[in-house]
Amino acid sequence: MTDLKTDEIRARVHEILAEQAMIDPASVTDESTPQELGIDSMGLVEAIFAIEEGFDITVPFNANAPEQSDFDISTVGAIVHAVERLVAAQK
Amino acid sequence: MSRRVVITGAGTVNALGRDVPSTLAAMRAGRCGIDTLQMRDADRLAIRIGAQVGGYDEADHFNRQEIALFDRYTQFAILAAREALEQAGLTFAGEAAARAGVILGTSGGGLTTQDDNYRAVYEEGKNRVHPFVVPRLMNNAAAAHLSMEWNLKGPSFTVATACASSNHAIGQAFQFVRAGLSDVMITGGSEAMLCFGGVKAWEGLRVMSGDTCRPFCATRSGMVQGEGAGIFVLESLDHARARGAEILAEVAGVGMTSDAADIVMPSREGAERAMESALRDARLAPEEVGYINAHGTGTAANDKIESAAIAHVFGRHADALAISSTKSMHGHCIGATGAIELLACIMALRDGVIAPTVNWRERDPECALDVVPNEAREARVTACLSNAFAFGGMNAVLALRAA
Repeated sequence: MTDLKTDEIRARVHEILAEQAMIDPASVTDESTPQELGIDSMGLVEAIFAIEEGFDITVPFNANAPEQSDFDISTVGAIVHAVERLVAAQK
Repeated sequence: MSRRVVITGAGTVNALGRDVPSTLAAMRAGRCGIDTLQMRDADRLAIRIGAQVGGYDEADHFNRQEIALFDRYTQFAILAAREALEQAGLTFAGEAAARAGVILGTSGGGLTTQDDNYRAVYEEGKNRVHPFVVPRLMNNAAAAHLSMEWNLKGPSFTVATACASSNHAIGQAFQFVRAGLSDVMITGGSEAMLCFGGVKAWEGLRVMSGDTCRPFCATRSGMVQGEGAGIFVLESLDHARARGAEILAEVAGVGMTSDAADIVMPSREGAERAMESALRDARLAPEEVGYINAHGTGTAANDKIESAAIAHVFGRHADALAISSTKSMHGHCIGATGAIELLACIMALRDGVIAPTVNWRERDPECALDVVPNEAREARVTACLSNAFAFGGMNAVLALRAA
């Protein structure tokens, strides 16, 4: 886990979100928002659980106040960046 | 046959008190029962707060044989029922027993028993459990023990609709008495979900607050779990009058609806229909309602949608209404919550005191109603509603009138 590069993290986050949205991973871009992919608030909670399991990290996220959580979910790219930071912090 | 139905006994155990007087005193004082959770493995929890019944020792109330059979949720139900039945002054024999039953709400049933025994077999590797695990954990155990303890021989069962369980149960018991199927019904709900597995499951949903419960506040951060029981004696008005019983309040109507939409997200339309249906059933004009005990969980979604629903149902009168969420004090007691919240309704109708929404700090424009922030208020209330909007989109609203 310690040698995860940004591209690998990106690819895995895209896969997790694609699986959640039941779409092809190729149609997920960093610019997409979860809403555009068809992921609603509970879908997001489920995707974050998959991210925690997949990367063995703990994501600080409260569905009541997503904007106040220390985990940016505004776009796919923001999620990739936030995961990267958590993976790095875990080393 | 349609009879008027009244409440002649009330009992409770919850984080605010071990009986009705101490609970109402805490609500009047605006005391918050939320504190650090005390339980095994609490250090492995991400959410470490809750409204527990603190300092509770089952051995103070029950003997060895009883403890072997009574899960914590059953114990709470029995203690609350004892208070309610003592107040009502009823005993049941012969035809009176056959005409009385018990309908309780619970969501988790004997969850603590399940948690303890799963731990024994999975974590500790034991290959044997106590012989009474099944009768202890079953969802109808509390109702069954109430029927046995007080010789209630009519219809008895348990209702499980998550956070609306108690309101559905009370609504059902009300209809039994109103329709003449029973003369007396014991009803309410009980929940003891504050065990490691119970809290861990809720954590997963990411709707729990890490600090406290602030319903309708702009800074609200989610729900906080509580535990306990609320039990009531319902009987027909004629039955109560004939025996000279003191009447605490009248159950005037009930409204039940289903959103048929989403398993967790509430619906404004479903909530509105439930309130409208309760008003219609109770033959209440919206203007007659002075208080609503809100579902008010403190989640982003519920409080916004409930506020909009109240504003829509009550129109201009919504601004003249007092609305409070006592979950800010006793926590969200899940399947027992409607029953414990009914105590706040009785206090409003009987004592003219409206329980506050505590921990409130800042107005949310999306919850722009009078939420009785932080301090109890004196007011003359002749009719009120108690809302419960559950996961599963199952809603039950009770309408009450002053005695």
